[in-house]
Amino acid sequence: MTMTTTTELKRIIIEPVTRVEGHGKVSLLLDAQNKVKQARLHIVEFRGFERFVQGRPYWETPVLVQRLCGICPVSHHLCAAKAMDMVIGVDADQLTPVGEKMRRLMHYGQTLQSHALHFFHLASPDLLFGFDADPQIRNVLGVAAKFPDLAVRAVLLRRYGQEVIKFTAGKKIHGTGAVPGGINKNLSVAERDELKKELPKILEWSVGGLELCKKFTREHLAELADFGSFPSNHLSIVRKDGAMDLYDGNLRAIDSEGKRIIDGVAPKDYLSVIREEVRPWSYMKFPFLKDLGPEKGWYRVGPLARLNTCDFIDTPLAEKERQEFTALTKGKPNNITMAYHWARLIEMLHAVEKIQLLLDDPDLQADNLTAQGTFRGEGVGILEAPRGTLFHHYRVDKNDQVTMANLIVSTTNNNEPMNLAVRKVAEQFFDGRAVTEGLLNRIEVAIRAYDPCLSCATHAMGQMPLVVEAFDEAGRVVSRAVKS
Amino acid sequence: MSDFTFTIDGVEVPAKRGQTILEAADAAGIYIPRLCWAKDLAPGGHCRVCTVLVNGRPQSACTHPAGPGMVVDHDTAELRAWRKNIVEMLFVEGNHYCMFCEKSGNCELQALGYRMGMTTPKYPYMFPQRTVDATHPDVMVDHNRCIACGRCVRASRDLDGKNVFQFVQRGHHVRVAVNADGGLGRTNLSAADQAAQLCPVGAILIKRVGYAVPVGRRLYDVKPIGSEIEAKRAPAPSGK
Repeated sequence: MTMTTTTELKRIIIEPVTRVEGHGKVSLLLDAQNKVKQARLHIVEFRGFERFVQGRPYWETPVLVQRLCGICPVSHHLCAAKAMDMVIGVDADQLTPVGEKMRRLMHYGQTLQSHALHFFHLASPDLLFGFDADPQIRNVLGVAAKFPDLAVRAVLLRRYGQEVIKFTAGKKIHGTGAVPGGINKNLSVAERDELKKELPKILEWSVGGLELCKKFTREHLAELADFGSFPSNHLSIVRKDGAMDLYDGNLRAIDSEGKRIIDGVAPKDYLSVIREEVRPWSYMKFPFLKDLGPEKGWYRVGPLARLNTCDFIDTPLAEKERQEFTALTKGKPNNITMAYHWARLIEMLHAVEKIQLLLDDPDLQADNLTAQGTFRGEGVGILEAPRGTLFHHYRVDKNDQVTMANLIVSTTNNNEPMNLAVRKVAEQFFDGRAVTEGLLNRIEVAIRAYDPCLSCATHAMGQMPLVVEAFDEAGRVVSRAVKS
Repeated sequence: MSDFTFTIDGVEVPAKRGQTILEAADAAGIYIPRLCWAKDLAPGGHCRVCTVLVNGRPQSACTHPAGPGMVVDHDTAELRAWRKNIVEMLFVEGNHYCMFCEKSGNCELQALGYRMGMTTPKYPYMFPQRTVDATHPDVMVDHNRCIACGRCVRASRDLDGKNVFQFVQRGHHVRVAVNADGGLGRTNLSAADQAAQLCPVGAILIKRVGYAVPVGRRLYDVKPIGSEIEAKRAPAPSGK
């Protein structure tokens, strides 16, 4: 994807990328004819959680590593807990029903709040106002001013997801619910009834959000189909029967035509199929399927990949939507980058349906919260975080201290696709002369489709002004644009 | 029956001979903050969080005997500021990461920080290099969180009869150490020992039970530290 020599090239830098979770920087390197020769999404910050956790007691890990992120800490919390289940010798099917179901409820609450946040707060300004609209109104406050009902629903959808997390993890952010071998609380009847009371509205609004996204995608399909799109492999976990499962399952990867590359790979065997490449210009690694190598083995994860890899969804409304989604590409995998949004809202609906089913399940009021096993000292947890497949791998010594941690976070899995999406958009929209607002917006829109959590992959940072600089081959700034 | 009375902030407090100011205050429902003091342990006077003015002179309430007619100042702006400073210094001289510490919600240092309205310490963090001793099968020591209160030293010596812990070095270098080469695993400490149970912070921990109590049901989630003592001062129902 990248040039090996950079002489006689101009460099354009977009920093930071706004309305993504975290802080990214984009540089475009131009040749003497002002054609885009290289596009890179740089991740220049470093987190180091894999080192922090070394020496800490294993039961502390689910609470410690979730501090990677304030957006989807539940994903890290649960993924580490799953790995620690394996460390203490508790297999996924040995969790008590209340243990597994409370974790699932927490996870679906997390999926709901994260997807709602991304679509309504981060992505919808681009869709509702257009990619070229004035940034002064193309933001969440602009949405609130022009579409107040939608904005209120967005806030309440997210709030509901956070309430689910609070009742399962003890706190809305950075709770302690999942412990090695299970959970530390069940769902009281009062908590259950409170959640059930609001659910019909939440379901209705989820359907409404999905309809809005579908309508936009269909109306702009001609423009969106090629926007930052490219054929790719797709990877996720799926349930043993092929159903979408965001919490547990085995790895499956398919190519751009739907042919299975790997299937049924148990989490503990992830290293037999996944490798990571380090490139000197980014702190974010580049994962790939081992047998295909780094050139051909990169893949996409997240909602689009999950809709592509699964055979079906086990909740009725979301399954109907999945069928409509796959009909668009006649049953073949959907490789349209902007279809991530549509897929994301199908998953949001699925999460709400799952919450509904769980709230009717009396297992959630049971008291046998944890299971015991025989210490193994090594564990791998994999789950589908809102942004994609999340891997946690730990080794623990006989003193109960973590000696090794390897985390492959969702955004890292999407590293190569995001770079490619930036390059595709730059090739399409850069006119060879001026760095326009429209180009910058489109690059951001393409990156944003992946809902990248750069804080998760590396570092946490809020929104900052956007600075664009073009350099000639001698490193001189030839053009500069600032968006504050 | 009391033997005599003295005053705390002008309130007459009954006391028995041999009682410390802190014990008499507890019995009267007056909470004087403390960290190194624990029931059934000989007072240490290490942390100075319980500092009061006795007839105008600073003294630790946990070690100073109550005396007839004594005038004690306790809940004054000056003393509150002193205590808060001590707690803030304890936070910065160790590595106290409440956000993932399993003692969070049950930690007396954290609870005092909340009670005293500490938002963030005014002093710079020292980030000391400390170790974790997890060599014992059932108990671990995280020296990062130790505040050198000496409860474990006194409990092991006086209640357990084992001398597992002791102070080493002097002055502000003083630390709690394990009394064995090769770490805690080479001592005869048991998880049931008082020394393993009385740590006010997350320094001495029973293994594999962290986070078992959910957020919202931990010791200080609902009521601030000291509430149980102050509850004794609740006005008696009318008619009695």
